[in-house]
Amino acid sequence: MAEEMIVKELDQVVVRFSGDSGDGMQLAGNLFSTISATVGNDISTFPDYPADIRAPQGSLTGVSGFQVHIGAGKVFTPGDECDVLVAMNAAALKTQYKFAKSTACIIIDTDCFQKSDLEKAAFKTDNPIEEMGIKNDVIAAPISQMVKDCLADSGMDNKSMLKCRNMFALGLVCWLFNRDLTIAENFLREKFAKKPAIAEANIKVIHAGYDYGHNTHSSVAHTYRIESKTVNPGKYMDITGNKATAYGFIAAAEKAGLKLYLGSYPITPATDVLHELSKHKSLGVVTVQCEDEIAGCASAVGASYAGALAVTSTSGPGICLKSEAMNLAVIMELPLVVLDVQRGGPATGLPTKSEQTDLLQVLFGRNGESPMPVLAATSPTDCFDAAYEASKIALEHMTPVVLLTDAFVANGSAAWKLPKLAEYPAINPPYVPAELKGTWTPYQRNEEGVRYWAIPGTEGFTHILGGLEKDNATGAISTNPENHHLMTQLRQQKIEKIQVPDVEVEGDKDDAELLIVGFGGTYGHLHAAMDELRAAGKKVALAHFKYINPLPANTAEVMKKYPKVVVAEQNMGQFAGYLRMKLDGFVPYQYNEVKGQPFVVNELVSAFTEILNK
Amino acid sequence: MCEFTAKDYKKGQPRWCPGCGDHFFLASLHKAMAEIGVAPWDIAVISGIGCSSRLPHYMNTYGMNTIHGRSAAIATGCKVANPNLTVWQVSGDGDGLAIGGNHFIHANRRNVNLNMILLNNRIYGLTKGQYSPTSPRGFVSKSSPYGTVEDPFCPAELCFGARGHFFARAVATDAAGTVDILKAAYKHQGSSVCEILQNCVIFNHGTHESVYTKEGRAKNAIYLEHGKPMLFGENKEFGLVQEGFGLKVVKLGENGITEKDILVHDAHCEDNTLQMKLALMQGPEFPVALGVIRDVEAPTYDDGVYAQIEEVSAKKNYHNFEELLLTNDTWEVK
Repeated sequence: MAEEMIVKELDQVVVRFSGDSGDGMQLAGNLFSTISATVGNDISTFPDYPADIRAPQGSLTGVSGFQVHIGAGKVFTPGDECDVLVAMNAAALKTQYKFAKSTACIIIDTDCFQKSDLEKAAFKTDNPIEEMGIKNDVIAAPISQMVKDCLADSGMDNKSMLKCRNMFALGLVCWLFNRDLTIAENFLREKFAKKPAIAEANIKVIHAGYDYGHNTHSSVAHTYRIESKTVNPGKYMDITGNKATAYGFIAAAEKAGLKLYLGSYPITPATDVLHELSKHKSLGVVTVQCEDEIAGCASAVGASYAGALAVTSTSGPGICLKSEAMNLAVIMELPLVVLDVQRGGPATGLPTKSEQTDLLQVLFGRNGESPMPVLAATSPTDCFDAAYEASKIALEHMTPVVLLTDAFVANGSAAWKLPKLAEYPAINPPYVPAELKGTWTPYQRNEEGVRYWAIPGTEGFTHILGGLEKDNATGAISTNPENHHLMTQLRQQKIEKIQVPDVEVEGDKDDAELLIVGFGGTYGHLHAAMDELRAAGKKVALAHFKYINPLPANTAEVMKKYPKVVVAEQNMGQFAGYLRMKLDGFVPYQYNEVKGQPFVVNELVSAFTEILNK
Repeated sequence: MCEFTAKDYKKGQPRWCPGCGDHFFLASLHKAMAEIGVAPWDIAVISGIGCSSRLPHYMNTYGMNTIHGRSAAIATGCKVANPNLTVWQVSGDGDGLAIGGNHFIHANRRNVNLNMILLNNRIYGLTKGQYSPTSPRGFVSKSSPYGTVEDPFCPAELCFGARGHFFARAVATDAAGTVDILKAAYKHQGSSVCEILQNCVIFNHGTHESVYTKEGRAKNAIYLEHGKPMLFGENKEFGLVQEGFGLKVVKLGENGITEKDILVHDAHCEDNTLQMKLALMQGPEFPVALGVIRDVEAPTYDDGVYAQIEEVSAKKNYHNFEELLLTNDTWEVK
């Protein structure tokens, strides 16, 4: 029968939704990833949105994209290039086609490829497909008109009807991947619970898109099915890195039995953490949007002294401004978590783009000897664990801790198995023992060299801390040379003594010819590159670091074990330089890229192959 | 009910120069705290950096001597995180109004329940004598050997400009006047700014000279008290009246002026126009205004934060982390 379509089984597929920033591409993308995750596929997503609030409609700078990678098994990245590109207007096709594979299927809304659209997108002819030399399958559908026809009797105005275009595209993609629309229906009914008419209109349009694909076969040769191989049963949700970070702080505060305080100042791409924590008043979370970055951190130091789990969040130039108050927490030996969602720099740099260029700043960018633990989250879901662990270290070791994430993991999302707080380790701050009343001094330390925490309001433990050096024995201001040297050593040793897990070696751990080394948010791309190299028969391993200061105890041993080591990072070699400072005689190969974009797995594979062939 | 004496708030031996206004203020603060009666362990005294910011080291309370300019921000975090504490924030004119100017105005705008002390000697003392943001135009100092070419701040103007609700002024050598405004500042719910006029014997000797002695104040200052007529002078022979949009000094008995014609101080008036005029008065034409100049009730930030937590908690159906997780769209993998 002519009705029969060939269904192709795939292990993984990448879909990129793109359109004008007002076209609802983030929602369509999110919804598609949720639908896919619900049937058990693994997902990894990445939004790519413009820095401008609202560039002129239809312009090249106003294009917003959302990439979803779904897989039958584990997926590590949102994917280099896409198998399906949705381009809602001419500008989207022009700017996003470069992300499409040569075999990709392209979906366009022909109604937004009219003369004026083409002009805005700087096309010279009236045939953009030919002009760009596109040889791919193209589903060219008059989406806007069909949406209007579909909603003709809804009583909605033109503008409201066109807001549903994204759902038509989503319906078409759902048809292409044999996706059940029930999940989308439930989601939309919930999202628009207060506007049921809008929900129903969207649902109607999503079905229209699906049916359009089904009825016309849309000039493609086949549809796809991605079976799920996930074997870890349980309850899941889709979570972005920023939301997971916020949840990590909430979980840590609850576990420690402390109030959570966030002092912050709006800055892209860290602001979502402030947004998220501001919502959860019913958990007692206190958020203060301060007058500046300095006050964000300074007020958190005040909150910490007062006995809260204190957090400050920032990005880009904000971390420079916070360094002064971070140092105050170092000398006062107070717990504090400083979240730095790294973005492109220097200065204002590339506010919405991702880099790993703050590493040396957070390790060393403060006056004086100022040791501070540093952790770097490795994926959107790891942000939860990393935020929890950063809080635990801060509270148990009475120190500020830097948690590094980046725009890529912060905005990216993945399926996350809901954690059980009971399975997370206890958090036990070194509260001053009551029996020390009368003899206690502020810098008296426990066996791990950690100062005790006396919370204001407790009788018998009044004390003054401060930014001036103190006498270790009495806590009074001291300029004594021997005491300053001692205090410097004590602060250093306290950080060195923090126990962190060994760095794990994945892949050919016994006989790799090349060890790939990375840290933080590049884990997915480096892992995917290793997988590809191994699939091609190469002997490769990966050591990916989450704990930067202190480094895992087995670092030197791992680095020495393999004939070749390459440190791959999105900066000019900061982690490689740090390792060289810590490990005598260590000279790795380096792979450095500072483009503000995630690594491209294919590029990593060719660079690593070149090193293997040397 | 515990009773405390000034001694209970005292610690250590101050290291300020002999004759420094900080000594006088510290003694008044100890005294005011004893009269207020909040236990030392329920108090946090938070300062920045500068001569006057050494003050917490001489307090037997909780406290921090932090970093330059940031104490209003640090105190804000401390108070909001632990609203049961009584928080006194202490800074000088350089610390509070130059490097810390932004935090000063925003603490006032937010109306955080802080008692904010501004020890104003119109000089940077700890760095050994540079002009400060309250030094008058033309002021000669080590960093302005030919005189400054900039105008100073008037702290009250900044406080009012930031929509502050409490401003009071005292002279450091006037213990009774200082204790009075400190008690009023404690009583006021919200940010309360107390400007303390004080001398720097080494680098700015004689600043505030006209009001630094009892005799000087009798002639050159007016003590404002809510509900009382604005009379001053050694025998209360002078008074203030309104003239156009400004103020005028008059003598009782002259030109038929009686006490009835004299303005009555209204510290509780929401409109700060007249309070501003009073705060800006300068000699020799006008007396310097001392006492509580503005004291207006308004919702405080910290109360607002906790009221909102309570209100939202009552409405939301999740109150711990695992309940929070379930507010998301989830799916089951079997």
